[in-house]
Amino acid sequence: MNLQRIDIHPTDTSPDGKYLLRRGHPLPFGATIEPGGVNFSVYSSYCTSCTLVLFEKRAAEPIAEIPFPDAYRIGNTYSMIVFGLDYENIEYGYRMDGPNDFQQGHWFDQSKVLLDPYARIISGRDTWGKQPNWDDIYQHRSRLSFDDFDWEEDRPLEIPHEDCIIYEMHVRSFTKHESSGIKENWKGTFAGIREKIPYLKELGVNSVELMPIYEFDEFENSRTSPITGETLYNYWGYSTVGFFAPKAGYAATGKLGMQVDEVKNLVKELHKHGIEVILDVVFNHTAEGNEHGPTISFRGLDNKTYYMLTPEGYFFNFSGCGNTLNCNNPVVRNMVLDCLRYWASEYHIDGFRFDLASILGRDPLGYPLANPPLLEQLAFDPILARCKLIAEAWDAGGLYQVGSFPAYGRWAEWNGKYRDCMRKFIKGDRGTAGEMAQRLQGSPDLYASSGRAPATSINFITAHDGFTLMDMVSYDQKHNQANGENGNDGSDDNDSWNCGWEGETDDWGINALRHRQIKNAIALLLVSQGVPMILMGDEMGRTQYGNNNTYCHDNDLNWLDWNLKEKNPDIFNFVKQVIAFRHAHPVLRNHSHFRNCDYVGSGYADISWHGTKAWNADWSEDNQVLAFMLCGKHAKEGTVQDNYIYIAVNMHWDALWFELPNVSGLNWHVFANTGNGANPCFTPGAEPKLENQQGILLGDRSVLILVGK
Amino acid sequence: MEIATKTVGEITIVELSGDIDANTAPKVQELVLSLAQSGSKLLLNMTEVPYMSSAGLRSLLALYRQATIKQCKLVLIGLSPEIQDTMSVTGFLQFFTVMDSEDQGIAALNN
Repeated sequence: MNLQRIDIHPTDTSPDGKYLLRRGHPLPFGATIEPGGVNFSVYSSYCTSCTLVLFEKRAAEPIAEIPFPDAYRIGNTYSMIVFGLDYENIEYGYRMDGPNDFQQGHWFDQSKVLLDPYARIISGRDTWGKQPNWDDIYQHRSRLSFDDFDWEEDRPLEIPHEDCIIYEMHVRSFTKHESSGIKENWKGTFAGIREKIPYLKELGVNSVELMPIYEFDEFENSRTSPITGETLYNYWGYSTVGFFAPKAGYAATGKLGMQVDEVKNLVKELHKHGIEVILDVVFNHTAEGNEHGPTISFRGLDNKTYYMLTPEGYFFNFSGCGNTLNCNNPVVRNMVLDCLRYWASEYHIDGFRFDLASILGRDPLGYPLANPPLLEQLAFDPILARCKLIAEAWDAGGLYQVGSFPAYGRWAEWNGKYRDCMRKFIKGDRGTAGEMAQRLQGSPDLYASSGRAPATSINFITAHDGFTLMDMVSYDQKHNQANGENGNDGSDDNDSWNCGWEGETDDWGINALRHRQIKNAIALLLVSQGVPMILMGDEMGRTQYGNNNTYCHDNDLNWLDWNLKEKNPDIFNFVKQVIAFRHAHPVLRNHSHFRNCDYVGSGYADISWHGTKAWNADWSEDNQVLAFMLCGKHAKEGTVQDNYIYIAVNMHWDALWFELPNVSGLNWHVFANTGNGANPCFTPGAEPKLENQQGILLGDRSVLILVGK
Repeated sequence: MEIATKTVGEITIVELSGDIDANTAPKVQELVLSLAQSGSKLLLNMTEVPYMSSAGLRSLLALYRQATIKQCKLVLIGLSPEIQDTMSVTGFLQFFTVMDSEDQGIAALNN
């Protein structure tokens, strides 16, 4: 006998007589389909009353407004079950009443219809770039979603963090270009990524970090380019409208409202092919901007709770984007936790990268906290326990916490110091060799003393912010005129060198040097301890023509041109082989820091430093040369056996003779030598033996990787 | 939603016309499940179904599974390219046996 619940029959009627109602459940927050009805639950610390507003899909005017009876309220939570709804065809929102007092931080306004912060589907921007109806009183609308999805045996992959190779990708940019070869209506979508899984497998990455996929408004701050007349959009999406909904405009089925299934299916497919999914999440601010911005959701629901406000009622701006989410307020903290738990459990997401994460460590008045409750809560949450948590450990308000981000033993960091040091060394700056040694080892200077592993360090040389790798070797200066901000945006500290000419050139020598420098960067990135991150397209030499801040361009400044794979086959092949090399050699992926000694009895220290002379590194200020050897018997703290690996870097403008360390019983084989234009690398496992085992003449600005066999 | 049935040998062909969504799905489920007996063979012809909503996809899958449990064989034909696309992208397509024509469907059921 199938028992029915005893509490699913209506008990009341809405004032207009059209809908049957019942007291609802405060949990779960948001809107949940139940037998016969829909449970709505929303909370606000300061409102005095709340009304549910119902629309038929895309209709201009509501079909019903049902006040939440005060008798249904529990605490500050308004919940109600409404029966008989055509749940596939309605959109819902809330009107909140309460004080309107700028200085006190209250912005209640009954004339506004507010998006449910827990909405799992948001409509209004269903097709990317389609002009919205600006007269619509309710622009971003909450819709109902089914929770069920057949994951079959899928679950988060839990690849050890040090074994991850991350590929930072923008959903639309990845397949929007004509050359992607994807079916037209799948271009620039989640479905498009799924089609390119064979490519990702060929490349060899095992983790994709998706730039923001939570619903955002591409029309936010939209304007016309002063140069081309094209529309400039909020293209990158670092401005969240709703934290529980995937962007409809990124889904091939967005028009049909099926983005939830589409994203889940993408995750399932990526997992099937051994690829993890990390989401770039933006909890530092919302799309509502400052006091001049739109009221979409939080401002009208509970402004004082959700935003950091000055004592005069203005919006603190530690994000540089108008407002700052009040992350350590207990109510907001719980919402952030609910959000991450939702994506980890319902979408099987493997990890999260937190944009401007230092904001998450500030208190409601903006002061940095020594023990931020939110960060601690996330670090110890049972559902998030095996998720990667990656912090961009700074913000736009002056906090820079690389090395000091409150970690609780769990958080990893985008290592900005790695990026800066690598770029300087690669372009030939003096005085960087000493720091290089630290960065190559997983930055023990930053992390070892607090007991944090090498995998704490997310090593990157390029990311969406800043130059692409090709541009890092083709431009000395940024060229951001196309952004329409008079070149005032984007970093001026690029640590880049154009190899002799600014921008595109036919000069064979300059282009050869650029390709070599790219390979040098990739080689160093992938032999460093820590977790490497590669920017989408760097494996093909993608260029943004010197624009280092393409946040607003919906065109081929951002869209990956797949023809580049044929245009720069040497780069693609090199990146692919070096990725395979890293996967093949656990000695490059240690779990703990080096101890700088022999603790397994091999006769060699786990890591030893060399220079042009074996066993003698030159640490002087002017030095542009570095070499090190990893003892294969110490791989993963001696738990696995690997080859000895020797790496030499010559960033001097002349070739130099490197005397090789001798390891008894082993011969050196060449995996990679970026100075060898014809054969910069070989297939891992098939490395040719070095003819002269005593030493090698390493070309100017070149990296050498040898394997001992 | 209009539903017509005809028999070809031991196979029952069910022809659906109209959208399958939260409103019409129950009717489809009821009828098809009443035809699904142990050993029976059903061909669902979707040629006149222009659209399936999320609820429609879910109820189609539920009905497919329930029929299978009852030892009934079920094959879909006539899925429009748009619907096939949608089903592929959302992960539903892999759960069904789909053929391109009535003849192919009948052949598949008779194997």
